[in-house]
Amino acid sequence: MEVSIWLAHSWAFLLATAVFIYVVLDGFDLGVGILYPFFPEKKDRDLMMNTVAPVWDGNETWLVLGGGGLFAAFPMAYGIIMPALYAPIIAMLLALVFRGVAFEYRWRTLRWNRYWDRAFIGGSITAAFAQGVTLGAWLQGIEVDGRAYGGGWFDWLSPFSLLTGAAVVMGYGLLGATWLLMKTEGPVHDRARYLAWRFAVATIAFIAVVSFFTPFVESSYSDRWFEMPGLILAAPVPLAVAVLTFLLFQSINRRPYHYSPFVLSLALFALCFVGLGVSVYPYIVPTEVTILDAATPFKSQIFMFVGAVILIPIILAYTGYAYWVFRGKIDPDAGYH
Amino acid sequence: MFAQFDPLILARIQFAFTVAFHFIFPAFSIGLASYLAVLNALYLRTKKDAYLRLFKFWIKIFAIAFAMGVVSGITMSYQFGTNWSVFSDKAGPVIGPLMAYEVLTAFFLEAGFLGIMLFGRERVGATLHMIACLMVAIGTAISATWILSVNSWMHTPTGYTINDAGQFIPVNWLEIIFNPSFPYRLAHTLTAAYLTTAFIVGGVAAWHLLKGRGGNAGVKTMFSMAMGMAAVVAPLQIFLGDLHGLNTLDHQPQKVMAMEGHYESHPDGAPLYLFGIPDDEEQELKYAVGIPKLSSLILKHEWDAPLAGLDTIPDDEQPPVAIVFWSFRIMVALGFLMLGVGLFGLWARFRGTLYTNKWLHRAALYSSPSGLVAVIAGWITTEVGRQPYTVYGVLRTSESVSPLDAPAVGTSLLAFIVIYFLVFGAGVFYILRLMAAAPLPSEPGAEAAPIRTGGIVPAPLFDPYPPSASAE
Repeated sequence: MEVSIWLAHSWAFLLATAVFIYVVLDGFDLGVGILYPFFPEKKDRDLMMNTVAPVWDGNETWLVLGGGGLFAAFPMAYGIIMPALYAPIIAMLLALVFRGVAFEYRWRTLRWNRYWDRAFIGGSITAAFAQGVTLGAWLQGIEVDGRAYGGGWFDWLSPFSLLTGAAVVMGYGLLGATWLLMKTEGPVHDRARYLAWRFAVATIAFIAVVSFFTPFVESSYSDRWFEMPGLILAAPVPLAVAVLTFLLFQSINRRPYHYSPFVLSLALFALCFVGLGVSVYPYIVPTEVTILDAATPFKSQIFMFVGAVILIPIILAYTGYAYWVFRGKIDPDAGYH
Repeated sequence: MFAQFDPLILARIQFAFTVAFHFIFPAFSIGLASYLAVLNALYLRTKKDAYLRLFKFWIKIFAIAFAMGVVSGITMSYQFGTNWSVFSDKAGPVIGPLMAYEVLTAFFLEAGFLGIMLFGRERVGATLHMIACLMVAIGTAISATWILSVNSWMHTPTGYTINDAGQFIPVNWLEIIFNPSFPYRLAHTLTAAYLTTAFIVGGVAAWHLLKGRGGNAGVKTMFSMAMGMAAVVAPLQIFLGDLHGLNTLDHQPQKVMAMEGHYESHPDGAPLYLFGIPDDEEQELKYAVGIPKLSSLILKHEWDAPLAGLDTIPDDEQPPVAIVFWSFRIMVALGFLMLGVGLFGLWARFRGTLYTNKWLHRAALYSSPSGLVAVIAGWITTEVGRQPYTVYGVLRTSESVSPLDAPAVGTSLLAFIVIYFLVFGAGVFYILRLMAAAPLPSEPGAEAAPIRTGGIVPAPLFDPYPPSASAE
């Protein structure tokens, strides 16, 4: 393969990885916000927020890398996708504003504590939903005119994108619940177990429904999945989902294993992500612009690639270290000694 | 609603509004991150309680300012795509990689170590905690470096060619990164951030001194450090500003013409206008009050040097003069005001009245926002002054905007304005409240009190005037 083609694909892979890391990391901390309504007690909420307070900022940085990486490596796709998904993206950004400041503000006021909790809940749910809508709208295809977006301002809104929006909210709820299973003890842990079970059911149901409808929104997806040789590659995916589902329910109910529900939920997300990749490859703006069409010139790609290859392992190392520093269960009574 | 508006104007207002709001927070937190690292290092070296007390006092404020900077910054990074997609497509190959480097080298560094800096003192030990503080401070500076490289390239583009699709294609990365205005802009902006922080810190200390809390060792240390910083950095900043201005004259002469209000050319020495009402229609500075030949002396270092005016520039290449003219004057005036306060502090220090001179404390208190205002005014000067271009001389602003319709931009603009004022207004309120309580001997840090887990703790709920605040 020619170097520039290889490089463009490496970038697409790197970008997909960054987005995946974002989805699972901010997924669980957005999930904590999505679960807040089920924990009305202030001390439970304090505890839940403390499980993510030292790491949420780093988690959200992957979103900046996702957007920034798309801008840097595929500026044409960035210029098409962003205006096409204008409304859900602006909604997501504004929701993240509310949610991000709630981390600091709710500790600074007694009277307004409840309001910042609501900002945290609303921000988390809206951001998750908007991300799901963005995914669905992207999947169903974007109209392109020359090098720019050519569609209308509400093309993103469809039953399918609303469905994926709801799916992502449920999925993040599952990640949040299994994260809490891992990080807490006592009553919060018990309620998280109860919620994990329910969000798992909802998530699996949404995966099934979204998977069922995906081939219908764009015929090339169904060709990919249901015709040879795609069928052979595709067949194990639903099978793997079934196996993971079985293991997940088992691990949620089996008490001593507190890490495995979270890890299995991550695996479930990874599988869905691979499924998406199989569907849309080689497009970066589905069915209109391919990875190679949108790739920035070789000189830009190689300049960044050298840096990314050196820096990303370093980033993963110190991010891992930060997680290590704040490892382990959080004692709900720690504050009252 | 909004249908009758021009989407280009709305997109410009949105960008100006969101970036101006955003810029406030990094301008403050770049300086504050360094201040915190210095305080922590001084504490580790001297073990003096005052330094730790100040560290814990300022880190809570830093945490709020940083959170506001992060969330408003994420918005900025996506706005290039949403509102300026044509610009993104065309300039992406050059500025995209630089911004990706900002994320990879700076944002992750800050975010990764912020948690440890805020909550990790007990968990990781003094040395690693100090390293975390340094990483956050260095991260903010690296971030500023990349973003100013991008911004400077848009003012003085070099090292590129243009391909058939109208995209800027990088030819020489070193020329792109170290473009002609970059060193001046970086030095001027970083110094502005340090000066901004020095005046805010000094203002907070002055407030407590005026409230009769001069016995508080933290307050004294804070005031002394801030005034020392102001005395050194304010003159340095005026010097750097002059260099930056000369650089701008070389590369963006029409911006300087607008800053100086020179509609007409001056073949034998240009006056320095102190006042005037710029009128773009008439191409005339009305009610002008000026000092003869001084502008030539400042810009060319020669009394009689000829200076070209906007009459040499076609109408559709001129920036809007009034905004540039006035924002520049505000910035310069505040710069000299800050110099004055810095020198006043120096004089009081030599007289031994640093902690007793009420006039000094009042001056420090009232001038505490001047750094912030000057930063915004300076930013307006340079950004409005480069109009009508996004990439100077090559890509017009009107050719950069997304194919948007006005209701989409208008609605989002309205949402931004309402939410920013609400959310950041609350944040500023919480910051002011934290500032209003003197740093206590047992200052609860972000990491010491109960509730937050695993040694992770917020500051206590607020009690502005606890009984022991001034009785030390």
